[in-house]
Amino acid sequence: MLRIDCPCCGVRDHSEFRYGGDATAERPAHDNPDLDAWYRYVYVRANPKGLHREFWQHVLGCRQWLVVERDTVTHSIHSVNFSRRQRA
Amino acid sequence: MSRYSVFSLLRHAATGNRGWQRAWRAASPKASYDVVIIGGGGHGLATAFYLAENHGIRNVAVLEKGYIGGGNVGRNTTVIRSNYLLDGNTQFYEFSMKLWEGMSAALNFNVMFSQRGQLVTAHSADQLDTFSHRANVMRSNGIDAEILDRDAVRKLVPYLDFSDTARFPIHGAIFQGRAGTARHDAVAWGYARGASGHGVDIIEGCEVTDFVRQGDRIVGVETTRGRIGAGRVGLAVAGHTSVLAQKAGLELPIESHLLQAFVTEPVKPLVDHVVAYGADHFYLSQSDKGGLVFGGNLDGYNSYSQRGNTGVLREVCEAAIALMPNISRLRLLRHWGGIMDMTPDASPIISLTPVDGLYLNGGWCYGGFKATPASGWCFAEMLATGETPALIRGYGLGRFRSGHMIDEAGAGPFAWLQ
Repeated sequence: MLRIDCPCCGVRDHSEFRYGGDATAERPAHDNPDLDAWYRYVYVRANPKGLHREFWQHVLGCRQWLVVERDTVTHSIHSVNFSRRQRA
Repeated sequence: MSRYSVFSLLRHAATGNRGWQRAWRAASPKASYDVVIIGGGGHGLATAFYLAENHGIRNVAVLEKGYIGGGNVGRNTTVIRSNYLLDGNTQFYEFSMKLWEGMSAALNFNVMFSQRGQLVTAHSADQLDTFSHRANVMRSNGIDAEILDRDAVRKLVPYLDFSDTARFPIHGAIFQGRAGTARHDAVAWGYARGASGHGVDIIEGCEVTDFVRQGDRIVGVETTRGRIGAGRVGLAVAGHTSVLAQKAGLELPIESHLLQAFVTEPVKPLVDHVVAYGADHFYLSQSDKGGLVFGGNLDGYNSYSQRGNTGVLREVCEAAIALMPNISRLRLLRHWGGIMDMTPDASPIISLTPVDGLYLNGGWCYGGFKATPASGWCFAEMLATGETPALIRGYGLGRFRSGHMIDEAGAGPFAWLQ
């Protein structure tokens, strides 16, 4: 079980969370007609073997969306932050 | 390479079985090859075999960073079926099934292909309707498929939960009698032996660390055993496709995820078929040794770790008990993990790439084992001709940009939900 240190609720099992995928994909502006930018946002992933910035939502807790930095080989978690602060 | 036969068995038995040769040569890398295949899994080895067998291209190397049979070809649950709904998949997996049916003879190696039949249970009238749709598509493509009602399912697999307290009562099932299992290690060994017998160099313990370029073209690979030149490079490293593609400057719609598999202690014959649970993600078969081999969902987050999480173990066992309460007291012998290339539509990618000289075979999600022969057959043709064979036109890398995805699950572009 991964243990995610939620900044609101403290350390919890990852089964309380919903995975939200790669947090580094840049969403194009809503009126951006560039197909390539949307293709990259929806489909292309860096898929790193190592540190990965990813979304998790604490659905069985505070329901906040978080950005977690986790190693995809060792599963060690390097940082956990509220997603809204990361993106501001 | 000496052929295996009843006579060779008798001859070796008479001489105390001391004369058996290695099944394939332990090759050292040459300076260059016409084709270098990265990845000595089932797909890479099958590709090398068919390059030699079908196209006469024998100056070929297969580079494997570990040992033959140590990757996903030895980690899957060995299920083979061709019950796909969508155009592109339906025909490809049936072509694969036909190759499975002739594989042991073609390779002169017993892959223990057992067409014991596979069924997927339906748990409502609506689900059985969607299965009927699938069965009709299969039959109109010349593939065997049957729709069973509850009584027929009960007759076939009486050990499932048909009680009044079943969590999801069984309404019926879709059944493919030609589906089954094969000995996965034997598939790797058989293709390795076949390819090696044709002159292909199979080089184990040789990890590719980078690509060698001449202008925009890839003309070889750097490895832990030195530089190897290549006319064409085929990438068949599903699980780690992104890692190597990145070195070639290629961005891909792939995420790596972990899938676990499980086996119980051996018991007497109980499960004669491959059984899949239509109400959850769970499937099970019994190995020839007696262990119940089963699997379920992905762990659910990006992973390259090859070891699984106990949360999924619990979920899969819950599904198992909901379908087959009679196995609740069996002890689990082992569980293990493999890294999957997950694509946004859960279909594979066999494709030309924007990088000259580099050809891609990956994105197998968790359907790679059953595709092994057809994947090798088609990828060999692509590497030999430089063009996309008609059978796999739907598997191109461009389908995500153009919107021509083959999304069997209809789960949206989320790799971890496929």
